[in-house]
Amino acid sequence: MCGAPAQTPTLPASVDLEKETVIYGVVSQNDAPVPAAYVRLLDGTGEFTAEVVTSATGDFRFFAAPGNWTLSVLHKDGKARKDVVATGPGLVEASLQLS
Amino acid sequence: MSRADALVSADWAEENLNTDGVVFVEVDEDTSAYDGGHIAGAVKLDWKTELQDQVRRDFVNKEQFEALLSAKGIGNDDTVVLYGGNNNWFAAYAYWYFKLYGHQNVKLLDGGRKKWELDGRELSKDAVSRAATTYQAKDQDTSIRAFRDETVEAIGKKNLVDVRSPDEFSGKLLAPAHLPQEQSQRGGHIPTALNVPWSKTANEDGTFKSDDEIRKIYADEGLDEGRDTIAYCRIGERSSHTWFALHELLGYENVKNYDGSWTEYGSLVGVPIEKTA
Repeated sequence: MCGAPAQTPTLPASVDLEKETVIYGVVSQNDAPVPAAYVRLLDGTGEFTAEVVTSATGDFRFFAAPGNWTLSVLHKDGKARKDVVATGPGLVEASLQLS
Repeated sequence: MSRADALVSADWAEENLNTDGVVFVEVDEDTSAYDGGHIAGAVKLDWKTELQDQVRRDFVNKEQFEALLSAKGIGNDDTVVLYGGNNNWFAAYAYWYFKLYGHQNVKLLDGGRKKWELDGRELSKDAVSRAATTYQAKDQDTSIRAFRDETVEAIGKKNLVDVRSPDEFSGKLLAPAHLPQEQSQRGGHIPTALNVPWSKTANEDGTFKSDDEIRKIYADEGLDEGRDTIAYCRIGERSSHTWFALHELLGYENVKNYDGSWTEYGSLVGVPIEKTA
């Protein structure tokens, strides 16, 4: 991994990482975090599953399930897309750079 | 009802920010977005605390809705333009809700907050206050609201449209993936329901696809135009978006939103469930 170490997401106390599959990361541009970016989680067929808006620190997170996923980011200053594989419950880090 | 009556563009909105009789209303589950910047002059509605009864699981009643709109400064003759985050899910829900209580002049801002932000349009942090009105609501129009018994009765008889994501439909997920997975008692879907995710009707920027594209999507999925339709999701907000597409954009008659949706159905004792995960 290059750049800053991935931040561990802040999760509600009720989240059990033995059971939940959490896909999380930071959206950035020129190494600066991008708040208010729209991050979509698409399933293995490309269908919409969920969407969140990044926090002031560029963070996002999804409660997904094991499987193949795609992240698609829209922002007025750029776009990004990345495939993610979650092999089992736990944390899956997937940060993206806008271009 | 048609697209021209029900939907306005961001350009139209920008040109009508100061038009008398036009009230912009931002509707969200989490109103912190509004507080961080909203369309100039827009008032906010909190889906959770203002549109839901705070004790029973139901909507606020007619008198409470009247008091709410009066306090917000919305009059019976105002044109209400709704927008919000989450691809307008809660704004579409509020649209359906306003129609339920008989407000005639209501429109949805195409693309909602997302399109507005992606366009780089201006947001304001100025506090908004409007003079109170004396709003009068009508009795609920239950021709657009489905309840659980009617939904169970509709299995195999009416179009049931499950608008959740395929993984929620199959039972793999119990809630949209931005929420912890802890909702209904059981996963799956109502037998005979078609799975047409709400997102199929929308572009990635949150705007609706064309009427022809939307009509083709439902035809390809097997929606029978000759039958009545009930749309549902998890809590009735995404299915409001689909209700809007079917009833307001395409003009299909006899389309209802089942607001109890999967959080009610998936916790009922004894009803049939199909699961494919």
